Amino acid sequence: MSGEALGPKTRRVARRAAFYCVLVLVLAVFVFPFFWMGFNSFKTHEKITEYPPVFWFTPTWSNFKNVFLEGHFLQYTWNSVLVSFGAVGVGMALGLPAAYGIARHGHRGLALGILVCRMIPGISFLVPWFIVFRTLGLLDTFTGLVLAHLVITVPLITWIMIGFFEEVPIELEEAGRIDGCSRVGVFLRIALPLVRPGLVSAGILALIFAWNSFLFPLILAGVKTKTLPVLVYSFMTFDYLDLGGIYASASLVTLPVLLMVLLVQRQFIRGLTIGGLKG
Amino acid sequence: MRGLRSRRGEEGERMAPGTGVLRRGLGRPLAGGLGLSLWVDRHISWLFVLPAALFLGAVVAFPVVYTAGLSLFRWSGAAATPPAWIGLQNYGDVFAGDPGFRNALFVTTYFTGVSVLIEVCLGIGLAQLLNREFIGKGLARTLLILPVAGTPVALALVWRNMYNPSSGIFTWFAEVLRLPPQRWIADAATVVPSLILFDVWQWTPLVMLITLAGLVSLPSDFYEAAQIDGASPWQAFWRITLPLVRPTVVAAAMLRFMDSVKTFDQIYVTTQGGPGIASQTLNLFVFDQAFQYLHFGYASALLVVLFFVILAGNLILVSVRRGQA
Repeated sequence: MSGEALGPKTRRVARRAAFYCVLVLVLAVFVFPFFWMGFNSFKTHEKITEYPPVFWFTPTWSNFKNVFLEGHFLQYTWNSVLVSFGAVGVGMALGLPAAYGIARHGHRGLALGILVCRMIPGISFLVPWFIVFRTLGLLDTFTGLVLAHLVITVPLITWIMIGFFEEVPIELEEAGRIDGCSRVGVFLRIALPLVRPGLVSAGILALIFAWNSFLFPLILAGVKTKTLPVLVYSFMTFDYLDLGGIYASASLVTLPVLLMVLLVQRQFIRGLTIGGLKG
Repeated sequence: MRGLRSRRGEEGERMAPGTGVLRRGLGRPLAGGLGLSLWVDRHISWLFVLPAALFLGAVVAFPVVYTAGLSLFRWSGAAATPPAWIGLQNYGDVFAGDPGFRNALFVTTYFTGVSVLIEVCLGIGLAQLLNREFIGKGLARTLLILPVAGTPVALALVWRNMYNPSSGIFTWFAEVLRLPPQRWIADAATVVPSLILFDVWQWTPLVMLITLAGLVSLPSDFYEAAQIDGASPWQAFWRITLPLVRPTVVAAAMLRFMDSVKTFDQIYVTTQGGPGIASQTLNLFVFDQAFQYLHFGYASALLVVLFFVILAGNLILVSVRRGQA
């Protein structure tokens, strides 16, 4: 009798254990490349190229030191910061009123235009931009780069914020109108403060995407304005021998993104799915 | 223009009647003699969206039109020599069997089709696995977002080195698992599957998270009823879960299709389309034509074709979604 009672219980425990094993295995697969990136950035170039791969070694900071000393790393970090914050700032200025307008007045045409923006590959803009930017002298300028990255930030910010503005109770805005607020005042003093949580997540999300962007700066940036992803890539093409530098700089580019993602997990998925899902 | 705008403005107000009534009832007396603020308030619905609309026009619509125009010229991009009008010849070249274009079309279809298919199947499986209560659920979700969020260039560099035929860790994995030796991205035969594996690693979590959101919202009484009727978990999955979650899955597949065709960073950094042109997708092909060979007219024609390819793909998926929903 006791055997019968134990049977289902052990089976449940076994099933539970199997589940956790599979789970750990799955997570390991998805985390491994990140681990490998960080892990290898503490190896010397010789250790990285050793075969079979080395799992036990004396960690060294020399890769990071080299990256900071040789690669103009700090300057390009600053470029990346300027471009991504610039694109998010201007993107907010354009996207917030647009999102509010779409949420309150339903401009479906604009909403559709923004979706198309999301659908077209970046390369389609790049050919005409390159020609126009060259004519206007905007190549290798921060103005040009911010302008280009707006294509990433404006749709993101607008699409996320539409949902937040729709949740603002219209009664509050009506009350503001009765108290003598202009419509711009209602937007600035009532709606905007109420959507602050959305603002933060849309901002961080747009920041991540602008930061990660590679194709636009690859063509539009030059020596002066090169951003981090382009720098990391150039470590590979010009200096292929220094694998340590590649791993270290790759880790340094990715780290801020990972930290930001922790802040906006839920919104992150929402931002990625604009256009694909109704919600 | 002005007439059109105010007419549209009223149309906008019909959708939000509360504010419209308020404007007519209270806004006017309050605005008093201030002509400008009155004008601003009257046209506010358009003023809100005007900056973004102008931006879209200048930075998105204009380039599209410009590209369509440029596709009728031959131009090396040199400022000194103006574009030469050649009519539809660029399109003729595209369709008359440019081997580069045909190859790129094939690689794109192969890469996109297979990776989206695998991502959807794996994504559903993983969502099914994670759709239960367990310790560390939040952590698991966070870890699964990482591949989607990480800087693509950095990840591509890591994968490139992991695929190194002589010292990469994948080569070692293959040896440990006693698989035949692989040359991964260095071999024309395995380069696309290798890139698909990278794409699957990066994007399956997204499909999974979307599907999981769909699974969580399913009503539990269906399952209780199925259990009473003696359905096996397998039957419950095929007969209940899958049909109910299908709209979400199709939406996720659409999303992945849209982005998969756009894939650039990952392929450019790992293989640059090589070896030879074995992994050159349409995206990379256009990039090379424009910025490597400076065939701006031809590249523009390719972009127009690419645009219609993407549009067609999306229309097919939309009709699939409609048919199923």
